[in-house]
Amino acid sequence: MSEILIKNASVCDPTQGINCETMDICIRDGKIVDSVSGNAKVIDAEGKLTMAGGFDGHTHSAGKINVGRFMNPNDARKTLVPGLSGQVARTEKTRAQVGYNTPNTYAIGYRYAKLGYTTICEAAIPLLAARHTHEEFKEIPILDKMGLSLFGSNWQVMEYIRDKEPEKLAAYIAWGLRASRGYGVKIVNPGGGEAWGWGRNVSGLYDPVPNFDVTPAEILMGLAEANERLQLPHSVHVHCNNLGKPGNYATTIETMKLFEKIKPSRDRQALHVTHVQFNAYAGTSWRDFETGAPMVADYVNGANHLTFDLGQVIFGPAVTMTADGPVEYANARMLHEKWSNQDIELEDASGVVPLFYSPKSFVNAVQWAIGLELALLVKDPWKVMFTTDSPNGGSFVNYPEAFTYLMSAKRRAEVISGFSKMALDRMVLPGIDRELDFYELAVMTRSTQSKMYSRPEKGNLKVGSDADIAIYDILPGQIDPSTEYVKVKEAFSGAAYTLKSGEIVVKDGEIEETPKGKTYWVNAKVPESIDTAMQKDIDRKFRKYYTVSKSNYMVEDSYLQKPVEIGTEGVF
Amino acid sequence: MPVIKDAVCSLCGSLCDDITVTVEDNKITKIENACILGQSKFVGMFKHDRIETPMIRKDGELVPVPYEEAIEAAAKILVNSRRTLSYGWCSTSCEAVSGAIQLAEETGSVIDSTANVCHGPTALAAQEKGAPSATLGEIKNRADVIIFWGCNPVHAHPRHMVRYSSFSKGLFTEKGRKGRKMIVVDVRKTDTAKLADSYIEIEQGSDLLLVTALRSIVNGHEDVIPETIAGVPKAEVLELAETLKNAKFVCIFFGMGVTQSRSKYKNGDAMSSLISDLNQHTKAVMIGMRGHYNVTGFGQVATWETGFPMAIDFSKGYPYYNPGETGANDLLVRGEPDAAIIAAADPGAHFPQKAIRHLAKIPVIQIDPYANPTTEIADVVIPSAIVGIEAEGTAYRMDAISLRMKKLIESKFKTDEEIVKDLTAKVRELKRGA
Ligand code: SF4
Repeated sequence: MSEILIKNASVCDPTQGINCETMDICIRDGKIVDSVSGNAKVIDAEGKLTMAGGFDGHTHSAGKINVGRFMNPNDARKTLVPGLSGQVARTEKTRAQVGYNTPNTYAIGYRYAKLGYTTICEAAIPLLAARHTHEEFKEIPILDKMGLSLFGSNWQVMEYIRDKEPEKLAAYIAWGLRASRGYGVKIVNPGGGEAWGWGRNVSGLYDPVPNFDVTPAEILMGLAEANERLQLPHSVHVHCNNLGKPGNYATTIETMKLFEKIKPSRDRQALHVTHVQFNAYAGTSWRDFETGAPMVADYVNGANHLTFDLGQVIFGPAVTMTADGPVEYANARMLHEKWSNQDIELEDASGVVPLFYSPKSFVNAVQWAIGLELALLVKDPWKVMFTTDSPNGGSFVNYPEAFTYLMSAKRRAEVISGFSKMALDRMVLPGIDRELDFYELAVMTRSTQSKMYSRPEKGNLKVGSDADIAIYDILPGQIDPSTEYVKVKEAFSGAAYTLKSGEIVVKDGEIEETPKGKTYWVNAKVPESIDTAMQKDIDRKFRKYYTVSKSNYMVEDSYLQKPVEIGTEGVF
Repeated sequence: MPVIKDAVCSLCGSLCDDITVTVEDNKITKIENACILGQSKFVGMFKHDRIETPMIRKDGELVPVPYEEAIEAAAKILVNSRRTLSYGWCSTSCEAVSGAIQLAEETGSVIDSTANVCHGPTALAAQEKGAPSATLGEIKNRADVIIFWGCNPVHAHPRHMVRYSSFSKGLFTEKGRKGRKMIVVDVRKTDTAKLADSYIEIEQGSDLLLVTALRSIVNGHEDVIPETIAGVPKAEVLELAETLKNAKFVCIFFGMGVTQSRSKYKNGDAMSSLISDLNQHTKAVMIGMRGHYNVTGFGQVATWETGFPMAIDFSKGYPYYNPGETGANDLLVRGEPDAAIIAAADPGAHFPQKAIRHLAKIPVIQIDPYANPTTEIADVVIPSAIVGIEAEGTAYRMDAISLRMKKLIESKFKTDEEIVKDLTAKVRELKRGA
């Protein structure tokens, strides 16, 4: 029995409405409990901000990030964020580390832990390549992991939607999650992945997918209904059509509106829209490009059925990686950059392209502003999850820097002062004076995630929750984040303590222990008769079209580290 | 009589996963679906070459010893070495590769794979221009134009054409071979070329010229092309470019004829650019014809664990990568390593003389199921179980799809994974004692 008592912590836990109150936290055997014995190890957290461990609900940290590493060996040496990037020799406790945007697996675990993060969600698992994702998960130390499986351009999905077979569709989703050991349904540029199989794309919600006689809107609705029928813990997780195109904010709002008719089967959103920064562009071309954030935020403020994340841009080098194959090809052609592509048979597409966000480029400056505008214009922080869509908008190691933008208008003004007039004319950020406090920041970095992923034991400090805890050497009330942002950044860059399942993994910003994390996956129950009928259809798919056999397609249990199976009961 | 279905063939980079194996009395008695290469591996045609027991060289002779003794001797070599080369690891599981990387990290060694002498330049090309690729099923279901460039699947990947490429049938390729154009570019008329609709014979080492010419034409500059290019008449090159542009889906499969001929990685770099250009007109991808069944896996594991796909030097405690300097042959030719650990590969048969001469001078640890020319110069020989037959584990197909290889029969041999683990534990123990 291991016990820890965190004494006099200044606790910020929005799930319980606790706003920086001094409290003790008791831990026994990895969980938060009411009380501990006198033998408990004591951590003195007096004067320290204490929150649940951070939860990155949308990051690219296993799978196609390996393509990013492969094509960018130069990234290994980048040291743009001291202590959280570049080459670090092995120690008795840690494996060797490299990288900035595309760190090796060990560095990902250590660096997230240093930031006080304890859980991550890999936002795109191709079913056929899921085993690879789990192999990388296994080598990411400390963190708990989950992944979202791709369904948005899947032949079987599109056929069931076209043929109006919603029950079989749900059964297929349940099977796909089991096969890939995934946690939820990810939809990237619905239909666009299949069109990219022919070098094409879809242009919006009602543009038919070549050869499949369905539209992106039908794919979205079909999957959302299946998602709710299965009562999955997370809603559908949507990367909208037309990503990265001027004028796309309209498609984004249209997509959000579509989901007004979806009734969530659990106490969570009906829709999560991801990296909205890349989907909140106004204008008609790159010449008259401007922010569309106010329109999107306006809609979100009046809606109660969705959550979203930012995809905040960080200036400097980034590596874009997405299942949106056509977007990556367009990026590579436009930027004259190298381009990797991987289309996945019967399922989806993907691409990887490095790029550089420069504050001197008016487009990049406006992109930077849009992410912040979205976070600040949307009034309810419970609708917002903070991300950089790492490493698409920038690496997660820049989160502390980005927090200062959210918490300090002065800091924003400093950055903005370097922008061109043209950039300033295209954004609304300079007119926004809202500054987030620590409570709101905690909502966006842990509490929203707890709710939107239906993980009541994560992202909060309630009795019974996992003892995943971050203690930062900073005290709300004694520090003014709007002016003392240097201290804010410093404190969030190296937690005084990070506890993972009640074990001290980081102390004074250094790695103490490297336990293995859990892997969450969803096993959704489907009536046998429907499952059998569905299996017949996919047997045919495997026989005729796939290049691997069905039995070898399923991720074997041996690939899952400390698996946590989340069962759900489908409604049929 | 156990019959195991959907076994994965651990011979070539095609990694066929539809093999049916019958096992009687712990012996494989029947193989279905495998090609002749796969057959010979499964039924143990090489059985007579198995290393029967661990061995240590004493007074010039390899003498049998128990595993523990061999592991201890190997660990001593590693602990006393200041610059170990760890090489091979391509005909074994990803789990063994992962262990080998950890061992290299802890001993400050350089670790490199057989890509050093085959598709290493493909990785360099990807670092220059990216790798526009697809899984093999995309080719099966969509491709109407397939090029085999500098490779000969009829002999090296016998089932590739039936399962994934020329002869396969898919949703949009119902007619199979009849609905496809198959083109071979090579320096000699291979057996693959004999099956092609058109064979383009190019001069040795002139791949880059031909790719560049194709790019020029695809981009609208056919006027700059001379009457003959790379030994091919201009008309033929124009026709090829036209075929590519008008295709619905093109795949270029390229082999060592491209990666190891003159211009090396620049060939892949140019080919990647050609694919990018072609996508302005049609859909096009490229896939490297990887040879050993898990050479792709080594690259994958090394990349996620160290940031680099090959030639990784841990002497500074962190991974340092500079192929040309830190590749296995670079090191050996410079006479740098003072010990070597060679697993699941045979540099004795494939490396240049100068490299082998140096290998012969230094203590060499060999981990392998089979005796080969490297055994002749090894000082410690540790036999291992054959992955995919006697041991399970992960391998990556040439298109980076990973599959779980099955264990089909029991074996008295330790697996590579276990050997590496034991070795690492022993090294730690010796270091602590020191
Ligand atoms: S083609 Fe390769 S993988 Fe397939 S059976 Fe033959 S040797 Fe084995």
